[in-house]
Amino acid sequence: MDLLRFITAGSVDDGKSTLIGRLLYDSKNILVDQLDAIERSSKNRGDGSIDLALLTDGLRAEREQGITIDVAYKYFSTPKRKFIIADAPGHIQYTRNMVTGASNADLIIILIDARNGVVEQTRRHSIIASLLNIPNVVVAINKMDLVDYDQDIYTDIIQDYNEVAEALSLKNLVYIPISALNGDNIVDPSEFMDWYKGKNLLELLESVELHDTVDLEHSRFPVQLVIRPQTAELPDYRGYAGKVSSGIFKKGEKVTIYPSELEATISDIEVNSSSVAEIFAPQSGVIHLAEDIDISRGDIIVKKDALLKTNQEIEAIVCWMDEKPLTVGKRYLIQHNSKVTPAVVRNIAYKLDVNTLEKQENPEKALLNEVVEITIKTASPLTYDAYQDLRTNGGAILIDESSFVTVGAVLFK
Amino acid sequence: MSYQLDYLDQLESESIHIFREVAGQFERPALLFSGGKDSIVLVHLALKAFRPGKFPFPLVHIDTGHNFPEALEFRDKLANDIGEKLIVRNVGDTIKEKGLTEPKGKFASRNALQTYTLLDTIQEFEFDACIGGARRDEEKARAKERIFSVRDDFGQWNPKLQRPELWNTYNGKIHKGENVRVFPISNWTELDIWNYIKREKIELPSIYFSHDREVLEFQEQLIAVSPFIQIEPSDSISVKSVRYRTVGDMTCTAAVASEAHTLDDIINEIIATNTSERGQTRIDDRVSEAAMEDRKKNGYF
Repeated sequence: MDLLRFITAGSVDDGKSTLIGRLLYDSKNILVDQLDAIERSSKNRGDGSIDLALLTDGLRAEREQGITIDVAYKYFSTPKRKFIIADAPGHIQYTRNMVTGASNADLIIILIDARNGVVEQTRRHSIIASLLNIPNVVVAINKMDLVDYDQDIYTDIIQDYNEVAEALSLKNLVYIPISALNGDNIVDPSEFMDWYKGKNLLELLESVELHDTVDLEHSRFPVQLVIRPQTAELPDYRGYAGKVSSGIFKKGEKVTIYPSELEATISDIEVNSSSVAEIFAPQSGVIHLAEDIDISRGDIIVKKDALLKTNQEIEAIVCWMDEKPLTVGKRYLIQHNSKVTPAVVRNIAYKLDVNTLEKQENPEKALLNEVVEITIKTASPLTYDAYQDLRTNGGAILIDESSFVTVGAVLFK
Repeated sequence: MSYQLDYLDQLESESIHIFREVAGQFERPALLFSGGKDSIVLVHLALKAFRPGKFPFPLVHIDTGHNFPEALEFRDKLANDIGEKLIVRNVGDTIKEKGLTEPKGKFASRNALQTYTLLDTIQEFEFDACIGGARRDEEKARAKERIFSVRDDFGQWNPKLQRPELWNTYNGKIHKGENVRVFPISNWTELDIWNYIKREKIELPSIYFSHDREVLEFQEQLIAVSPFIQIEPSDSISVKSVRYRTVGDMTCTAAVASEAHTLDDIINEIIATNTSERGQTRIDDRVSEAAMEDRKKNGYF
């Protein structure tokens, strides 16, 4: 059985948590005691109906305020597929937490309130979906019950959103009209929208093709650890442990190790302590090389190809996630796979306006939740891919040198 | 050749990757190991991550003194079989040393006091990372926690100040005194754990399988009769065929009535059940809606 990771995004009160609650409820993935608990809470609050959002808003502060602050991960399965849901906050203040949830997603559900249409947060979330290169986009137009299930409203929103999608080159885009509160087109078809002929949401999720979520062409293996037991039985064992981030490696193949750029031959591959002929993404394993080369954590074993880059001056898009602004000349640590190296911001080329998608040239700094293109100089060279080409080797994080907090999501150009 | 990875293999690979990040990023990690099924799976995954090398960390058990003897016996045997170091620290000792007050009541649990011993142990060995078997499907506060969860020098979790966690890149940088709780099986569900145990033929303590036990029936829960709970003449005690879905203290973990003798039986039972693991078996989560969150904020696992 395969696994689909998806994220829900939308503005505050667009009904993300309710949608997830509904999806779990209607697909019979909520257990009796969990339902009892939210029923009790809903009653304490004096609500007439069950508030399905209580299922995912797990923090005290979230329940107090009725908003989602951080990503909640939920799990459910149907006979066709397993799902991991990242229920991300819509509040602008917590956009960084949405980026957290989006970074691993194979699909994003962007919720639009049918009464409000495309709003600033819709654009912001769509930009993030586009920047993070999420392979599939479902635009769910929610609260159709509050606009009398009016098809014209639905079509108008599609028209508006198509402009956004085109400007951002969003891929594999599907629209669906829903009511998360009442369950229209979630797991069961809606009796009020017979004009909609497409799949319901669960069918969509179950049938999305996952082929382009794993790249098997460009082979990358970041080394996490050198395993060297040095025992009497294994005096010469030297294995490079890591996870194939993309592609396939086979026994006997020539590979190049970065940053040394030395070439070597794969002499053995182990997965789960057994020797195998090949290893592919996203498997974890151990690679052995015929040649005796100095390799350590942070190095990357690759099969050379056109996409791969090695540089110390690197252009990247950055989603800024810290209260303290990003400024030119400031030093950070950059972590790419298992490699951490100091980096300094050389310049900020532009800032992206999330409303107009226009570029504001040469800003002085980037503030929390802003998106900028920067050039950084790293203390030692990084071997990477453009994020838009190869998601798994194209992303890095910036870490504040003194607080150690993760302050930026870096997408290499 | 098909290059599609089954979901269990995907989860396993992700967990191994997390284990190796711990080894690569921390000076003094520890694997918290209780002898329960989730921590047994952790040990199994660690074997896959580091063999033929040794574990780059000891196994550590914070023993409340109220554990099931079967789990303790299994704990010692497994540590011995794999030849890895096991450190045990006792909550009873902390209570004496610090003059702590033991909770009173029918099912008085040392669960909350465990935090003191855990934090002392972290300090004693200067652990900078503690690997634990918590899963996000267990509880809604856990569903919110990162895989690398930074704790301050009081062991406290601040849910509003979690670091963004992107792709498979884990930031384990901390200041002296802080530590990171690492949860390699965050994305596994209870059913995934059981399917994996079956697939990998992982051995478990006998209490996970159906057996006869003297239990006290209390508010529809079956609590094992032990010296650690208060029994009154009016209590209804009987011998029942039970097993455990989760193993914590004898004082706060309830058994479930079951005839499941094999892993297949258990898996079928879990597929058919309509109550969650913690909902059915943990008394300590029922205290309030935020019981788990509050304990985590104070340094609980």
